[in-house]
Amino acid sequence: MRNLLVEFMGKGSIVAGCLAPHPPHLVYAENPPQNEPVSEGGWEQLRWGYEKLRASLEKIDYDVLVILSPHWQTYVGTHFIGLEHCASKSVDPVFPNLFRFDYDMNIDVELSRAIHDEAQSSGMAVKMMENPDFRVDYGTIVALHMTRPAWDKPVVVISSNRGLSYYSPEVMQEMMAELGRATAKAIEASGKKCVLIASNSLSHRHFTTENDIPEDMSKEHIESHAMHLWDMRMIDLMRAGKAQQILDEIPEFCEQAISEADGGGFSWILNAMGVPDQPAILHGYGTIIGTGNAIMEWPCHQWGEL
Amino acid sequence: MPGEIVMSLVVPPHPHPVLCPEKNAGWQAIRDAYDQAAAKIEASGADLIIIYSTLWPSIIGHQIQAQPHPEWVMVDADFHDLGSIPYRLSIDTKFAHAWNDANQARGLTSRTVDYEGFPVDVGSVVALELLNPNNRIPAVICSTNVYSNRAETTVLAKACLDVIKAQGKKAVAVSVMSLSNRMFTEPIEPEEDRIHSLKDDEWNQKMLELMADGRLEDVGQLSRTIHEQIRIKKVVAFKPMWWLSAMNDNRNDLSGEVLAYEAIHGAGAAVVVLNPDSCGTGDKEYDEDNIEFYGGDRGVLHNPEPTEDHGIALHEPTTKGDSFNTDLAPKPVGAYPHARREGDLLYLSGVGPRQSGDNSIPGGPIKDADGNPLDYDIKAQTRATIDNVSKILEQAGSSLEKVIDVISFLVDMDRDFAGYNEVWAETLGKIGPTRTTLAIQALPTPIAVELKVIAKA
Repeated sequence: MRNLLVEFMGKGSIVAGCLAPHPPHLVYAENPPQNEPVSEGGWEQLRWGYEKLRASLEKIDYDVLVILSPHWQTYVGTHFIGLEHCASKSVDPVFPNLFRFDYDMNIDVELSRAIHDEAQSSGMAVKMMENPDFRVDYGTIVALHMTRPAWDKPVVVISSNRGLSYYSPEVMQEMMAELGRATAKAIEASGKKCVLIASNSLSHRHFTTENDIPEDMSKEHIESHAMHLWDMRMIDLMRAGKAQQILDEIPEFCEQAISEADGGGFSWILNAMGVPDQPAILHGYGTIIGTGNAIMEWPCHQWGEL
Repeated sequence: MPGEIVMSLVVPPHPHPVLCPEKNAGWQAIRDAYDQAAAKIEASGADLIIIYSTLWPSIIGHQIQAQPHPEWVMVDADFHDLGSIPYRLSIDTKFAHAWNDANQARGLTSRTVDYEGFPVDVGSVVALELLNPNNRIPAVICSTNVYSNRAETTVLAKACLDVIKAQGKKAVAVSVMSLSNRMFTEPIEPEEDRIHSLKDDEWNQKMLELMADGRLEDVGQLSRTIHEQIRIKKVVAFKPMWWLSAMNDNRNDLSGEVLAYEAIHGAGAAVVVLNPDSCGTGDKEYDEDNIEFYGGDRGVLHNPEPTEDHGIALHEPTTKGDSFNTDLAPKPVGAYPHARREGDLLYLSGVGPRQSGDNSIPGGPIKDADGNPLDYDIKAQTRATIDNVSKILEQAGSSLEKVIDVISFLVDMDRDFAGYNEVWAETLGKIGPTRTTLAIQALPTPIAVELKVIAKA
């Protein structure tokens, strides 16, 4: 049946994969009308990196953004937003001084459900989120806004199951690999062209104090040299097209760099793209309150059939 | 009337007892226990509910809710299918700001949050919805800092106690937390609910046994072990018992009562009441330094040193003549050196407990920025003062052992002499300088003790 559907609808594909970190500082620094606090800028290297990513994605024809964000953290399976339209105010509970954002997004519920169903058929615990009072997490909003501030494409929002918290990095990786493969299958069957977004930083050790002027860039730097080394290692591996090695090293990366890869984003996106040996493009790197952040793009549309 | 903790509670954060208690007998038992606890709060005459929520993580120090009436509709990230909880809370904003000030006075990074639409966490919403359903009693909510250790969490509680005493509050301290927090990772039918594993259940029972015996500090001392044994490693470690124990002066002889213990989606959920009445059991030995002031390394952004303290300008020490100064001692509040040599003698300017660099006061300041009195620890202030004297003497090539005469100034002789005298006996008393102790009305900064020292060079 699915093969017939694919034939009828045309074959869907992942046209790009993005590593798109979500610190609220970036939206704060952009001063979009949706965000209440006002800044004097800051974190320009990363914001310029996002500019490059946006310019690159502008050249691609795509229908949907599919995002896995670490800040919709679920413990009972993986969840998918199942509402056609989500609009509300998002306030970051950690940095409410920087992020109070009025969001308005359309969800591709059909594709959400398709990925949900595919994951379920492969044995994963999944759930559609259909409560109209649900507030979308700030991480999802930041990554989506920075990737496509026009908010004119429908999105699929997937929760971050905390398999690592419950079990181990290895089990988390297995679960996210399965979710990645299910995502790819569902996209293929949908006939849609999709951009995938894994929204996580690299090293994730924060400063625990904030400057009086949060955007004072004279105070911004990586938290420690060890974190820097891990960030550079991961970027080098991505640029060299060594996805499998990244997956192999994620347990150590999570443990030693307190990495946000613990949310499964890397494992999901790399598996959805078939663990590519093609290089990723580095659009930007910078630190935010000491954490390491890279904006990367895997230009899958240039690779031929995945 | 001095303030006090009239009751402490351990309650679970899950939304089930609010949204669907009828679906499972255990969830209903938790709901009934919540109702019992609410009745006990009413009977206690409490005028403040303090929530320490493990579901509100923070990174930049400690965050305290200071919006007068946080209002929104809460939906749980996992259990969104159970429904929504509309809330409108009443916050004691005066207390919130004072707690924030007291945190900073004790060396903690801290800030208040006052923003429309701020997402109050599910644990706080559930606890206040059930413990204080009509919002009659004002509340205050504090985050759990991701990086804080036991010392920092203990100081957070002590700062809270400073304000309770200063404002004369009758407060209920509430830790919103699971016991074992391993939930089932797949959806279950309500009737299938049980504690996730026998091991989790056994540890939960042990914790409850200790709490029923009033041995709260023992649970605090076991927190790291408990975290290793039965806690999944979420961002926030098992800190709430450190906070709750410190809120009760690290006592082990409270009167405890377990109102309910059940499973909620596999996690250990309990409603426990701890009264301050001594049950007469539970001897304890505090297993770590009973820290009063947080001096941990949080200054990674290298914030500039303060240029004033409570409105008093700080000065670089003067350097004329045979002066000695050190960066290890606090900056003077006027144009004078830390010490000056004349012949074989060293004359020190008056030395207090303020700390070099951040200007903080171990043991806490004696009053807040508005002049309201705060509870403080004279022994901690005296120790810090003598430590500063020692640093200055060592900079000048001398040492504490060479002190020959001391004039001590206390701002509250009746309150503080005994504590000051005790620390003296442990330190300078063993060296044997002459001493004169005077009561004075005030000192320039909010400290309780200052020493004027003469020593051999």
